[in-house]
Amino acid sequence: MKSGREFLHSFVRHKLAMIGLIIFLAEIVLVLVLPPVMHLDPTAIDSTHFSAAPGGSHILGTDDVGRDMFARVVCGGRISILIGVAATAISVVIGLPLGLFAGYYRGKAETIIMRAADIFLSFPSMVLILVIVAVFGSSIPALIILIGVLNWPAIAKLIYGNVLSVRSMEYVEAERAIGTPSLKILFQTVMPNSIAPLWVSLSFRISNAMITESALSFLGAGVQPPTPSWGNIIQNATSLVVLTQRWWIWIPAGLCLVVTIFCINFIGEGVRDALDPKMKRM
Amino acid sequence: MGKYILKRLLLAIPTFIIITAVVYFLSSKAPGNPVDLIKAAGNITPEMEAQLRHQYGLDQPVIIRYLKWLGGIFTGNMGLSSRTNQPVADLIAQRIGPTLLLTVTSLIISLLIAIPLGVMAAVKPYSVWDHLSSFFSFLGAAAPNFFVALILVYIFAIKLGWLPSMGMTTGGASGPLDVIRHLVLPVIVMVIQLLGTFVKQTRGSMLDVINEEYVKTARAKGLKENKVVIRHILRNALIPIVSTVGMTIPLLVGGATVTEQVFAWPGMGSLLILSISQRDYNTIMGITIVIAIAVLVSSLLIDLLYAYLDPRIRLD
Repeated sequence: MKSGREFLHSFVRHKLAMIGLIIFLAEIVLVLVLPPVMHLDPTAIDSTHFSAAPGGSHILGTDDVGRDMFARVVCGGRISILIGVAATAISVVIGLPLGLFAGYYRGKAETIIMRAADIFLSFPSMVLILVIVAVFGSSIPALIILIGVLNWPAIAKLIYGNVLSVRSMEYVEAERAIGTPSLKILFQTVMPNSIAPLWVSLSFRISNAMITESALSFLGAGVQPPTPSWGNIIQNATSLVVLTQRWWIWIPAGLCLVVTIFCINFIGEGVRDALDPKMKRM
Repeated sequence: MGKYILKRLLLAIPTFIIITAVVYFLSSKAPGNPVDLIKAAGNITPEMEAQLRHQYGLDQPVIIRYLKWLGGIFTGNMGLSSRTNQPVADLIAQRIGPTLLLTVTSLIISLLIAIPLGVMAAVKPYSVWDHLSSFFSFLGAAAPNFFVALILVYIFAIKLGWLPSMGMTTGGASGPLDVIRHLVLPVIVMVIQLLGTFVKQTRGSMLDVINEEYVKTARAKGLKENKVVIRHILRNALIPIVSTVGMTIPLLVGGATVTEQVFAWPGMGSLLILSISQRDYNTIMGITIVIAIAVLVSSLLIDLLYAYLDPRIRLD
């Protein structure tokens, strides 16, 4: 383990991670600030411009029903990033305590929690979400909850593995010996010492959730138009005319998605290298 | 070994029951059971409704209904598709082949590229192979497969016109060569997604083995470097890769669903999306069950292969 200052020091020197962090933070600021400042309306229809090429009053052109693509990409980014971050928060809220309990108390809790994690991991979550959405319909809160709930096992397993080694450390034994209540040991001593890999995996979980959301929206089972998300904007390219002749409708959203995911993963690599140089490039 | 097989089987059974029960519960929540449809169509007396419920078995406890449904699945009776009125089992049977062709080809090609690349990356750190393997593991984790697919279609099918972008055959007469041409783009998309995990795992487990005592012994007794790498390092490093393949199966199936949809590949994934858009619940549930069985059986086989290759696992 390194101290906070040492960590910051080595993170700042990780060039790709810093570039990733700066672009990602800038993106968050832009998607939050631009819509109110520029009065962007992603669903407003300009009936004089259908499928218009970029230029004039629409810097990224319009789609086939005359909606401004710039507004859609910005507001779509807002929703895609929100879903990625919120879904990951849910996975952590579920996965972190379960991983801690399973690793620290072992026994029945361990068997039940880890078996449940295996069951979740053994089935393609993409397919399960598609089926659930088919039955109950899709909404942004539902997507956040579904993606969040289905991703808890990855986090629980990570924490669990680390707790197993931390629980037998001498400082934990010492706390037990002086009779500290077990919940207090778990959350005040074991958790802070076993949480490091979570920071590393956090950014990969966020990008993963964003990829899942965009794939679902692309398949028509995620964010429902007219509400934009990067995934459902790219879906327009399944029409041959859009794919071949109207690049401005699908390429900007696709590039934003790819750049964002690259940046988030770069941040993850930076955090990993900074936390533990030994794990470098593994 | 017999005891180990039994243990794995006992673990697979609850998984199967839970997945099928969840799917059954979902399907029972789906709108449009026959009695509700008749009720919506005209006014029927409560007596008639009760009789209809009895006729369709809807008056029985949910557990009995679930067991009956499960029994139906095992005898190949998955009901009729509301979209085409054909038996769901027949629809799925037509689609299994193309999906297997796509997934198995992708899996084999990714392993054929990933293993040599991972080996080279581990044996020669900081070489071009090492950088290439980092690049692929990054790309595999970061590139959204549907966007990669669209870009490939745009470049290779539309701009260059080298390869077809839709379906599995070019209508009418078609030989194996035609199918292979249709297979190229979807397989590339799947390989990009899978390659990263396999390269990373190969490189990692090679590095784990490379400093073992038995490797030093092999070198010390004067074996050629190639022999040491292939016979002593790779053979042992391959074992964890087997279990990585097992863990990738759900990813493979999920990826195939998206890929099939983009390329209109006539497999189970595109049938699933079609059924979802048409609210064809019997087909949706049928596909889900088939996928569950396929994933469980292949994980089981991988586990057994793993135990066969590494006797230490069995003794645990």
